[in-house]
Amino acid sequence: MQARIRVVVAKPGLDGHDRGAKVVARALRDAGMEVVYTGLHQTPEQIVETAIQEDADAIGLSVLSGAHMTLFRRVIELLAERDAGDIVVFGGGIIPADDIAELESLGVAKLFTPGATTASIIEWVRANVTTPVA
Amino acid sequence: MSERTERELPAESGQTAEGHESTRIRHRVSRRHDVPTLVARAREGDARSVARLITLVENGDPALPEVAAALAPYAGHAQVVGLTGSPGVGKSTTTNELVKALRAAGRRVGVLAVDPSSPFTGGAILGDRIRMQEHTTDRGVYIRSMSSRGQLGGLSAATPQAVRVLEGAGCEVILVETVGVGQAEVEIASLADTTLVLLAPGMGDAIQAVKAGVLEIADVFVINKADRPGADATYRDIQGMLGLGERAAGDWRPQVVRATAVRAEGIDDVLTAIEKHRTWLETSGNLTARRERRASVEVEAIALGTLRARIGDLKHGTALSTLASAVAAGEIDPYAAAEDLIKGL
Repeated sequence: MQARIRVVVAKPGLDGHDRGAKVVARALRDAGMEVVYTGLHQTPEQIVETAIQEDADAIGLSVLSGAHMTLFRRVIELLAERDAGDIVVFGGGIIPADDIAELESLGVAKLFTPGATTASIIEWVRANVTTPVA
Repeated sequence: MSERTERELPAESGQTAEGHESTRIRHRVSRRHDVPTLVARAREGDARSVARLITLVENGDPALPEVAAALAPYAGHAQVVGLTGSPGVGKSTTTNELVKALRAAGRRVGVLAVDPSSPFTGGAILGDRIRMQEHTTDRGVYIRSMSSRGQLGGLSAATPQAVRVLEGAGCEVILVETVGVGQAEVEIASLADTTLVLLAPGMGDAIQAVKAGVLEIADVFVINKADRPGADATYRDIQGMLGLGERAAGDWRPQVVRATAVRAEGIDDVLTAIEKHRTWLETSGNLTARRERRASVEVEAIALGTLRARIGDLKHGTALSTLASAVAAGEIDPYAAAEDLIKGL
């Protein structure tokens, strides 16, 4: 059986705007990936635990609340604590350029902002996320 | 299994922190071909190791025989409960409530939730966890979403081996949620000790209830959404259907219980019915019979998979092409050729 890229798509925090997350989840599904969708209002702890239990290769976070600095940072910290720093974290939302630079220096692999095409997201995931089995 | 060894740091990521890189290198060492360590850590309840073992199983990793051998001593200790039913009938919500009740009773719980893969791309949206997120950070619960990966019987090919991994990880109860099924996906019955078939009101009349297929595999019927109109009629239709069949003394008569899982109503009744069935399995000797049947299905599936792989290999050799030429030339018939081919495996 062929290994498939497994991605946890999650909505951390309090904002309820999940259309973007759903569009991305759907796009990754149509690209042949296995997408674990967690639903709204997840804590970083829940997201990291989900990614570990699901043996996810990547976590995609959608944050539209403005709390991206806190939420992304916490997810990265928790992954390191759980010895799971090899899980690629990417995300999207309304995130200012300065914040993007800082988040990327913290270990967030890629951030997509409004206007990003699903094709560009799929292409990036394929290029930067690998499955654990040859 | 090469694990994540090929992963390069994303070029544009700026992930140059020393700590991050050294973590990766440590993983490369510890996860490569180290099944005994994974199993030992899974035995201690380490979720990451459990998750990795299930991935090996799902991907048909070459290390699979080693994994199976390491897990064999721990088989047979867990109670395996299957939940099946149509899409939207409440399987995940019911699973969530059962987990809650079982945790309240202090039991370690594993959940395998299967969702369908796309027949077009092979991709999948695995959304069963949405209903179970309250248990995510409970270390006494392990939840894994599985794609059916093209299998049509309601489970994935890897589900039986994933059950073994969870047994090895010390789960006392394993809840297996199938994909949303139609009328005929019955694989769960050969995997579970107890199979719950969930129904909701408004899905058809008494004749639907006597049709062959999924309704035959229920040890327990759960009429979910029992607060909705028509629930009593559904209850009667199922009871009526059960009354039409002949049953020898001592045979199990499927229980029918009503529940409204979204409000956590009737869950105790579901658990009571599961326990009643469990007791019957044990006292009647049927538990051993079911487990042996499960094992025979498992062995047969593995043997068929191996044969299929070997036959696939033949395409790269000359045996098949030689026989094919002979058949095409009318020298031998296809049955004789197939017989020859099998002898050569």
